[in-house]
Amino acid sequence: MTAAAAMDLSAETPLLRVRDLTRLYGDRVGCEGVSFDLWPGEVLGIVGESGSGKTTLLNTLSARLEPSAGTVEYDTRDAGLTDIYQLSEPRRRLLTRTDWGIVHQNPRDGLRMGVSAGANIGERLMAVGARHYGNIRADALDWMGRVEIRDERVDDLPRTFSGGMQQRLQIARNLVTGPRLVFMDEPTGGLDVSVQARLLDLLRSLVTGMRLSVILVTHDLAVARLLAHRLMVMKDGRVVEQGLTDQVLDDPHHPYTQLLVSSVLQV
Amino acid sequence: MQPNDATQAQDTLDGYNFAYLDEQTKRMIRRATLKAVAIPGYQVPFAGREMPLPYGWGTGGIQVTAAVIGPDDTLKVIDQGADDTTNAVSIRRFFARTAGVATTERTTQASLIQTRHRIPEAPLTEDQILVYQVPIPEPLRWMEARESETRKMHALEEYGVMHVKLYEDIAHLGRIATSYDYPVRVNGRYVMAPSPIPKFDNPKMDMMPALQLFGAGREKRIYAVPPYTRVESLDFEDHPFEVQAWDEACALCGATDSYLDEVVIDDAGGRMFVCSDTDHCTQRTASREAAE
Repeated sequence: MTAAAAMDLSAETPLLRVRDLTRLYGDRVGCEGVSFDLWPGEVLGIVGESGSGKTTLLNTLSARLEPSAGTVEYDTRDAGLTDIYQLSEPRRRLLTRTDWGIVHQNPRDGLRMGVSAGANIGERLMAVGARHYGNIRADALDWMGRVEIRDERVDDLPRTFSGGMQQRLQIARNLVTGPRLVFMDEPTGGLDVSVQARLLDLLRSLVTGMRLSVILVTHDLAVARLLAHRLMVMKDGRVVEQGLTDQVLDDPHHPYTQLLVSSVLQV
Repeated sequence: MQPNDATQAQDTLDGYNFAYLDEQTKRMIRRATLKAVAIPGYQVPFAGREMPLPYGWGTGGIQVTAAVIGPDDTLKVIDQGADDTTNAVSIRRFFARTAGVATTERTTQASLIQTRHRIPEAPLTEDQILVYQVPIPEPLRWMEARESETRKMHALEEYGVMHVKLYEDIAHLGRIATSYDYPVRVNGRYVMAPSPIPKFDNPKMDMMPALQLFGAGREKRIYAVPPYTRVESLDFEDHPFEVQAWDEACALCGATDSYLDEVVIDDAGGRMFVCSDTDHCTQRTASREAAE
């Protein structure tokens, strides 16, 4: 697997260390007892059916939903592995704005719909102190090119963009500060198949080129196979199986994974 | 002081407390004001009262004025720079009748100035207080609709979105086109809405010797800039803050350094530019006539 070569196997500490992560909604289980390590440059796929706790897990990992138990430790640039829920709120928000990216399923949740594409990309730069209009605009144009949106759309509002373009814009907006870890919640959901394929292509080259670590939530096994190095299969809030993507998909052990793999339509 | 003001000063309204508000309310507003002065640019919530004029007409400014005014004060009220427009006249008369204070149109003679949309051209002194009427106190409101979020953004100094707004201006219009209510940063900390004064007036706020108080009646917020406090207008390094300039001089007094209003004078495209600060214009005209 060529993509695996991009992973940094020499790193001594994982980028993200998760132990016994549990989130309860009253008596109901959102997710329970999830543990894993994510290494720099690794793409981890989380698959499972609707309601299996994928999004709860992602929100808990990305500092947006306090866990009921367990820890999420991130390898911060200055202090090494730190529990993100022990960080002060300003530091946590700064972290999510600079070192992390969050790509939402619906681009409307991740974009500022009332301002131009260029301002959307520039917002994170301005949030960390960029105060030179020319440089901000140059960066915005550079990123428009990298996500294959034509330069002349830079001053257009995102609502005039197609769904695929909005999604690419959202990706550019997240990657402009050079994050190390990106959370993606069904990034290709709601897009038609050819647009999906282009987006996946783009994501793959960006992830490899920037050596990003990604946690990718999807219910689409094809997306998982294309992007993810490693898979976790969730059912009823628990991880029922995990391993290398090809291993899990070609030789599923857990009955639920077998069901999931066999229910994909073969064209 | 005008003669009719002097007669009104004798008979204030029966049954009303000095300056309309009861003493407990004034005390509450003074406490909010003290907190606002202690934390320059921070919006302090206060229990705004119903005032005998509609929201948007200066209910916030009038409550702040009522809380700080004393019998010895001389009050000036301006609306868009003018002393003789409806809002200014009615608020001035309101305090003449409820507090019996002296009123004036002369900036230099006033100890307390309530203003809507302008800062007087004449420099203010340490002995003066400037009270602004504020419609929307939250500078982040246009970018972030949630109050819970804007409070958090203020607390954590997350002001990147203010520049997003300025970026949009430059991207679409080639320059920062925001011309009033131009956001400022107070004492290097809080980003503040200076109320809808033209950005021409922003530099006057910086290191002003007078105390500046801001009252927002509908939104029930008070904030302040203490004397001699840094007030910087937000900008980009390659698009620095600049104020409006006119090719014309004031048609009445010939001033070239004041904020000019464009007045349409006929239906044939005729127009003239005059000082928006009526007192400034009157004083200049008077001194010129005296010299002749």
